[in-house]
Amino acid sequence: MDAILIQFLNGLDKGGAYALIALGLTLVFGTLGVVNFAHGAIFMIGSFVAVAFRQLLTLERVELSETELSPWGTALEIRTPYALEWFGDFGNVLIDYSVPIAVLLAIPVMYLLGVLMERGLIKHFYKRPHAEQILVTFGLAIVLGEVARTFFGANPIPQPMPEAVRGAADIGILFGMAEHAVTYPWWRLIYFVFSLVVIGAVFAFLRFTTFGLVVRAGMSDRETVGLLGININRRFTIVFGLAAVVAGIAGVMYTPLLPPTYSLGMDFLVLSFVVVVVGGMGSLPGAVAAGFLLGILQSFAAMTEVKAIFPGIDQVIIYLVAVVILLVRPRGLFGRKGVMEN
Amino acid sequence: MSEEKKGVSRRRVLKTGAAGLVASGVAPMVFTRGAWAQEFRNNPTGAEVTLGFNVPQTGAYADEGADELRAYTLAVKHLNGEGDGGMLNTMQPGSLNGNGILGKKVAFVTGDTQTKSDAARDSARRMIERDGALIITGGSSSGVAVAVQALCQEMGIIFMAGLTHSNDTTGKDKKRCGFRHFFNAYMSGAALAPVLAAEYGTDRQAYHLTADYNWGWTQEESLINSTEAIGWQTTSAVRTPLGAGDFSQYITPVLNSGADVLILNHYGKDMVNSLTQAIQFGLKDRQANGKNIEIVVPLFSRLMAQGAGENIKGILGSTNWNWSLQDAGSQAFVKSFGAEYGFPPSQAAHTCYVQALLYADACERAGTFYPPEVIRALEGHLFDGMGNGPTEYRAEDHQCFKDVLVVRGNENPTSQFDLLEVVQEVPRAQVEYDASIFGGELGPYEVS
Repeated sequence: MDAILIQFLNGLDKGGAYALIALGLTLVFGTLGVVNFAHGAIFMIGSFVAVAFRQLLTLERVELSETELSPWGTALEIRTPYALEWFGDFGNVLIDYSVPIAVLLAIPVMYLLGVLMERGLIKHFYKRPHAEQILVTFGLAIVLGEVARTFFGANPIPQPMPEAVRGAADIGILFGMAEHAVTYPWWRLIYFVFSLVVIGAVFAFLRFTTFGLVVRAGMSDRETVGLLGININRRFTIVFGLAAVVAGIAGVMYTPLLPPTYSLGMDFLVLSFVVVVVGGMGSLPGAVAAGFLLGILQSFAAMTEVKAIFPGIDQVIIYLVAVVILLVRPRGLFGRKGVMEN
Repeated sequence: MSEEKKGVSRRRVLKTGAAGLVASGVAPMVFTRGAWAQEFRNNPTGAEVTLGFNVPQTGAYADEGADELRAYTLAVKHLNGEGDGGMLNTMQPGSLNGNGILGKKVAFVTGDTQTKSDAARDSARRMIERDGALIITGGSSSGVAVAVQALCQEMGIIFMAGLTHSNDTTGKDKKRCGFRHFFNAYMSGAALAPVLAAEYGTDRQAYHLTADYNWGWTQEESLINSTEAIGWQTTSAVRTPLGAGDFSQYITPVLNSGADVLILNHYGKDMVNSLTQAIQFGLKDRQANGKNIEIVVPLFSRLMAQGAGENIKGILGSTNWNWSLQDAGSQAFVKSFGAEYGFPPSQAAHTCYVQALLYADACERAGTFYPPEVIRALEGHLFDGMGNGPTEYRAEDHQCFKDVLVVRGNENPTSQFDLLEVVQEVPRAQVEYDASIFGGELGPYEVS
């Protein structure tokens, strides 16, 4: 029972990340009709916003010691972070909470990046075939990855979570189990709650605002909305920015779980597309449901007992489910009839 | 009289026979060096000799590749008599004196392995065929090492491997042209096991998470053999996909498996991620079987340890070399490297620097660049003063045997580079093994 509970929790936090990336991907496809293979790279850029922010906070004043030498015979460098010099203990708090604070920073940065991508490149491919859109956005993903590698190197860069939430929560007690029977990292629980909040906010935005109403109308019938005198293109640009923000802040919050590297986007890209396809192309509830479903299935497939019956199932489960669903229901779980069905 | 003139005299037969013997036997021995000069690929005929440095310049191990390239550049400077000479001053025996190799100035070309076997072979082939590289050296992956080594054997070019830890490189896939200075998975297991027994006891249940490719398998096998030999039991050995990213679904089953030691047969980004996530799941704060759960990372690298941050503190592993070693060779290298680049070298940089110098030294001792003779000069070569104490390039499998370091993630680092603390310098005798246990054939010296 404890093993099942812990794998279920694991599936939820994994699914939260999948759902957040897939949500942005679906928003872009649903509004602009663009299959954006650079969406994983946006997640990666978001994670590097956290890295850059922390590096900024930990910038150091370097003094050369007059008495001590380094092991290679040059004057020893004595380093003092500016944040500590300027803000004292508050500087330490800033550094400790750099990841949550970076979420706030990432919102304008990612929005601007999204708008720039859409206006500068993506809009020129609206009327091109999907194959061309995939090629150009895949190329863009590679370029963004290499840019990140140039600035931050190829090695993972660790981003510590705030000290107060390091360690694991004793979840088992809540379910009447023995002490320490089921523990789960605090940050992963926070990530799950964070993903629910963001997903809820996006749905509320689209459901309860006039802007959201127009966007949803545009997703259903772009031409008619245009005939009503609404500049749907401008709104769709904003949606692209919004999708970039969702993926970007998901990337920021993921950094303590997975130290960022330039290849992070590619690692998530294929998975996210499977999530979108399983959920139904263009369906926001589908993206969220499929994200959690596949996260949970992936987690359970890695259990020793499951692998004893189906060796290697953990590595193929997601694709297996995708194949089955597409065979039985080509439009995906929540897909609209006729959308990417053939 | 006339009959005598027409016949073949005994003296004439003897003269002709002697001349024939000289022509067929003695002359080649006298003129061998001149003959080789015409017969082997990329024989340097000008004033320069070109070495090919095949390192990952892009991809997951690009930072490690950059450090390898720094080390090679430094080695070339030292071979050409520039800088402070580094290990040229400490290697014993040493025939290098800073005037290049056999009087020829050393130049180099570089290739990008991308840590992909096919890309690495392509770049090696390009350096050999287009740039005239006399040797190929470098790399940061066993798959790449095995692939490039096979190519070099086909082309009659010497390959001095960079960072490769699989038993297969000098085991079942060994080649006459290939040489490995780096240690291997067997040695990691043999070095670590006694330390693990001393630190954690002999009654332990080990759970392995293993990267699902050649290197991971050989390390898992070696670690299972060595830990079971000290009395540990293996609860489970689970294969994880290379580059899995999130390992949480593989770590959670460990919590309820009954195991009290988690052994991470991962390297690079996988090691950083699996270790970070294992710590986050509180594994080190939990107990099983009445003992604290411990984590072991059999192959440590300082560059990778930086990626894992504070999570490496207290974690045991092994490494080929560490910049904190106090022997004269290591200190000379650290001083040269640090003065040149402002930070200490990694183990990958060390092994590549040493490989470049060992090749140059072998050419000097052989008195030729002719690969079969250079190979013979390297085989069974005993040397010292290059870190890790007295070292031998074993003739049977071209594996270097030297002391191996068991290290622990430093609890109180004094600098950003002071990440690993040397727990024990395990003597060479403890990590040696019979060359035949991993099979393989070296193949011929000469290639047609």
